[in-house]
Amino acid sequence: MNPTIVYTVASLSSLGLIAAAILYVFAQKFKVYEDPRIDEVQDILPAANCGGCGYAGCRNFAEALVKADSFDGLNCPPGGSEVMEQAAAILGREAVAADPLIAVVRCGGTPDKRPLTSLYDGVSNCKIANSLYTGESDCGYGCLGLGDCVASCQFDAMHMDNESRMPVISDTNCVACGACVKACPRSIIEMRKKAKKDRKLFVSCVNRDKGAVAKKACSVACIGCSKCVKVCEYDAVKVENFLSYIDYTKCVFCRKCVTECPTNAIVEINFPPRKVRNQEAAKA
Amino acid sequence: MLKTFPLGGVHPPENKFSESAPTEELPVPAQVVIPISQHIGAPSDPVVKRGDIVKVGQLIAESKGFVSANIHSSVSGKVAKIDGVTDSSGYRQTAITIDAEGDEWLDSVDRSEQLTKEVKLSREDILSRCHEMGIVGLGGATFPSHVKLSVPPGKQCDTLIINGVECEPYLTSDHRLMLEKGEEMVVGISILMKALGVDKAMIGIENNKPDAIEHIKKISAAYKGISVHSLKIKYPQGAEKQLIKALLNREVPSGMLPIEVGAVVHNVGTAFAVYEAVQKNKPLIDRIVTVTGKSLANPGNYRVRIGTPVSALIDAAGGTPEDTGKIVNGGPMMGKALNKSDVPVVKGTSGIILFPASESRRVRVTPCIRCSKCITVCAMGLEPYLLMSLAERDMYDIVEANKVTDCMECGSCSYICPAGRPLLDYIRLGKSTVFSIIRERNSK
Repeated sequence: MNPTIVYTVASLSSLGLIAAAILYVFAQKFKVYEDPRIDEVQDILPAANCGGCGYAGCRNFAEALVKADSFDGLNCPPGGSEVMEQAAAILGREAVAADPLIAVVRCGGTPDKRPLTSLYDGVSNCKIANSLYTGESDCGYGCLGLGDCVASCQFDAMHMDNESRMPVISDTNCVACGACVKACPRSIIEMRKKAKKDRKLFVSCVNRDKGAVAKKACSVACIGCSKCVKVCEYDAVKVENFLSYIDYTKCVFCRKCVTECPTNAIVEINFPPRKVRNQEAAKA
Repeated sequence: MLKTFPLGGVHPPENKFSESAPTEELPVPAQVVIPISQHIGAPSDPVVKRGDIVKVGQLIAESKGFVSANIHSSVSGKVAKIDGVTDSSGYRQTAITIDAEGDEWLDSVDRSEQLTKEVKLSREDILSRCHEMGIVGLGGATFPSHVKLSVPPGKQCDTLIINGVECEPYLTSDHRLMLEKGEEMVVGISILMKALGVDKAMIGIENNKPDAIEHIKKISAAYKGISVHSLKIKYPQGAEKQLIKALLNREVPSGMLPIEVGAVVHNVGTAFAVYEAVQKNKPLIDRIVTVTGKSLANPGNYRVRIGTPVSALIDAAGGTPEDTGKIVNGGPMMGKALNKSDVPVVKGTSGIILFPASESRRVRVTPCIRCSKCITVCAMGLEPYLLMSLAERDMYDIVEANKVTDCMECGSCSYICPAGRPLLDYIRLGKSTVFSIIRERNSK
């Protein structure tokens, strides 16, 4: 046999062996142990990376779930209780039931109710318009209608309504990830508990000006008259800074405040028609 | 060769329609609305209440903290209310409304026209007088003057720079002031020099005001250490850092104040206000405002009391023309559109411009073609196109790394962009967001 071949094979093999030994030593020394359950949990998460859980992405949330002793305060809004139960099964813990939420737009200032006093022709971006001035109406709190929230939605759950110039939230698509809440420079969008049959009852206004000023800017503004507080039997309504707020954990959807509100700032959505109205309609 | 700053700059059409219109005194309005925050810094505290009778020059809101300014009544009469009013941004802020009755001044104010050259007050007294009289920078930024005049320990100031550049198109109030109140202004400069303890002052005036340059040169010849320099016409030469570079050839480091290179910059209007405060004991209760526009009947310059509604100014200049599309508060480059004309004139109102509808509309935005014109005109050496695309995509860490905080919002990039891109709007968004991120980081 040609000795050159022998030497070559021998030297190369020994080099390979030495390299393998070094690699083995370092691989052992710097080994990072990763809980295999993280991958398992990540697989069942929706992989939307929406940030609704408060973590940067689904992987971070999976890590947090594996690390956490209890699921208290941890929730995947797009996945809902189904995903959380699966994760609980993998990790051998108990799922904590979290109320499903839905985003609501707390402004009813459509152009017919909130007169336009100027014309904005700058950049179509709510944050920029908000830093420049009150917007096209005199209400410095209401919706600017330029769609930052719609642009932030990853779930196709929002669109701008051309007529009302307001964002509309789809009951079926919204997963309550909270991206629109963060995108709105005026904090108009709020996460509220998702009720059965998608019923919603809330104060559709965030104007904190005095009643007369608010009313002048918009006919459906909350004027802070406190009539809703008086009529509520469940202590669910509060008025602060001339603005009413209904606590969704206490509200039982009796709708008394809706009828009481003099400016129609409290709205009810997806409720059956009232009996009284039916009788009136029958009379007519 | 005329002096100027080397980097960037634009030269928009000057349109100085009102430069030959002498300053007119606007009659005292029936009611003034005086906001309690007319300056950079903490809003002042009202010291009068509803129903109080005040005289012209009386203190009505006291400064709160070092960076803040006193506010005085600009009319005599009765305080009607202290309540939220819509300011020039459309948002509501607290203001003191006073119904005017007659025109009764405080006895301490010397209202004679006589020129007082001799500066009797000491350095400290000048500072406290400026503070007391509510003097703020009248170039537009409204930074309290006493703060600027207090040189921080360890720093040395060797030159006072007086800004008579008025590089914004349309505006002529500083020009008229130099022509009409030149003597007083130069005395004001000598007061500022005394306050700063410097023996050198340089007045920078752009070359489109030859009459003002001549006039001030003649007056200042009698004063030691004051020199007048004519500058090449280039926007934004009125910006502090650009003016220092043009006159002294010193560069203010990024994120630093002019004092870092031994200079303090004051506007000509401020110099005049300081003269009135120190020599005449008169608080800052009025200012010159240019009211102009292509289709306005009589564009002019008006001395008006703080708190007068802008609509009164427009009426004095011939009323709102029918083709008006936008009313801008300030210059055409940096000013902001008003959404109402009944907002009050404040200490920082330098001009009111009425643009015809045909000129006021934004152009259609097309994609960036990377022509890099915005980079050539940026006087701070930034890359506006990059900052805009980063801000559009919420990449604020890179926006910060690209020195967005150096942007002075002069608008040259938006002005020059052939694609009509809203560069400045996004840069401003990036800048304010970065500042809030920095604040949050520092508070941790």
